[in-house]
Amino acid sequence: MQILDRFRDPVVGRALLVKVTEQAKEVAERLGRRSVFMEVCGTHTVAISKAGLRSLLSEYIDLRSGPGCPVCVTDYGDIDRMVAFARTPGVTLGTFGDMIRVPGSFASLEKEMAAGADVRIFYSPADAVEYARTHPDRHVVFLGVGFETTAPGIALSILQAKAQGVTNFSVLTSHKLVPPAMHAILADPELRLDGFILPGHATAIVGRNAFQFVADQYNLPAVVTGFETTDILDCLHNLLDQLFQGQVRVDNGYSRVVKDEGNVRAQALMEQLFEVADVSWRGFGVIPASGMVIRPEFADFNAEKRFTVNIPEPRIPKGCRCGDLLKGKINPHECRLFGTACTPVNPIGPCMVSSEGACAAYYQYDRRGQ
Amino acid sequence: MCVAVPGKVIEVNPADNTCIVEVFGVTRRINTIMVGEVELGEYLIAHTGFAIEKLDLEEAMIRLKLWEEILSYADPGQVS
Repeated sequence: MQILDRFRDPVVGRALLVKVTEQAKEVAERLGRRSVFMEVCGTHTVAISKAGLRSLLSEYIDLRSGPGCPVCVTDYGDIDRMVAFARTPGVTLGTFGDMIRVPGSFASLEKEMAAGADVRIFYSPADAVEYARTHPDRHVVFLGVGFETTAPGIALSILQAKAQGVTNFSVLTSHKLVPPAMHAILADPELRLDGFILPGHATAIVGRNAFQFVADQYNLPAVVTGFETTDILDCLHNLLDQLFQGQVRVDNGYSRVVKDEGNVRAQALMEQLFEVADVSWRGFGVIPASGMVIRPEFADFNAEKRFTVNIPEPRIPKGCRCGDLLKGKINPHECRLFGTACTPVNPIGPCMVSSEGACAAYYQYDRRGQ
Repeated sequence: MCVAVPGKVIEVNPADNTCIVEVFGVTRRINTIMVGEVELGEYLIAHTGFAIEKLDLEEAMIRLKLWEEILSYADPGQVS
């Protein structure tokens, strides 16, 4: 691991920070304003805040958080549906831990657990399949939440369940695709961005080529990057350089993991199990062709085909600006609930709940504001 | 949610397409179908119990060398 340790070398990080600060100052002077870059990955949101980069560079760079947290972009109606499944007799609701506290219109899975629902956290959907196999008296509904990074594993778990003859396992999908959300952001005339910090692990699946449209269609630079502080600084160095030189490219700064074509095996798994659908994102509404639903030939593993649940019309809490935040229109400090009525202990919106939510990250690491 | 960590392969089980990886001293069995054949000592990116990609140490070295070049004229003492 010695080579990988060097990505965490504080001497390299400090020197990169000096370089990026100089560059950012130069670019800001030329533009007459701060450059604005958006990260579209919750893990980047946390890494940037945790390293202190947002505040260290705030004089010259506006680092904006986008719709990069899959938990946060899961719409109220979808959470309400998950809650309804948790209340269904005979169902064990399996989920990644992130989803537990996310509020829907009326409840959260955590509240349902407290009220006696059988909600279980699994590290892997494969563990949920194994749980179903060993508990034939229960039907395990696993929540398929996540971007392209997570969807192939869910697909594989369905294939595993089928191969093992596990019939008491199904998936409630809420999978989303990153590129359509970026199209939605870029189509918004109110938002002025100078470039994108592209998600390292979603891109490991879909490949760098999947984001070439940022340069070709929108004339903006974008860089795929990893999650060490040095990776992010390297990405900013590249974005600032492109901005300064007037160049527009989609570069790969995470070539130790990401290929231009992505992981074709993982893409084939997604293609085999899912079909693209119009789905609703919190804050955005319905984005065309932005989600994945289970193909009809795997309907036996589609929780929505196995059970019928009724959910009331979603109710959105007053004052919560998670929607504007997820679209990059505001930073958490600009929401009047941030840090007052809405805190990690008493969250109102999902961005304060999820460990990768921008509000939670800003609350923990950037509370003093910009 | 897209958190994924590099883990070193310490045991390979090709029969069931799994291997055991070690991440900071913690071991975990992960599925390797998405990355194909794996060898002892390789690094895999593990996410929710699945290897989603191999980590290419040669590419990592290239990146580190690039930084050395970028930083050869930066003074790390300028930021306190």
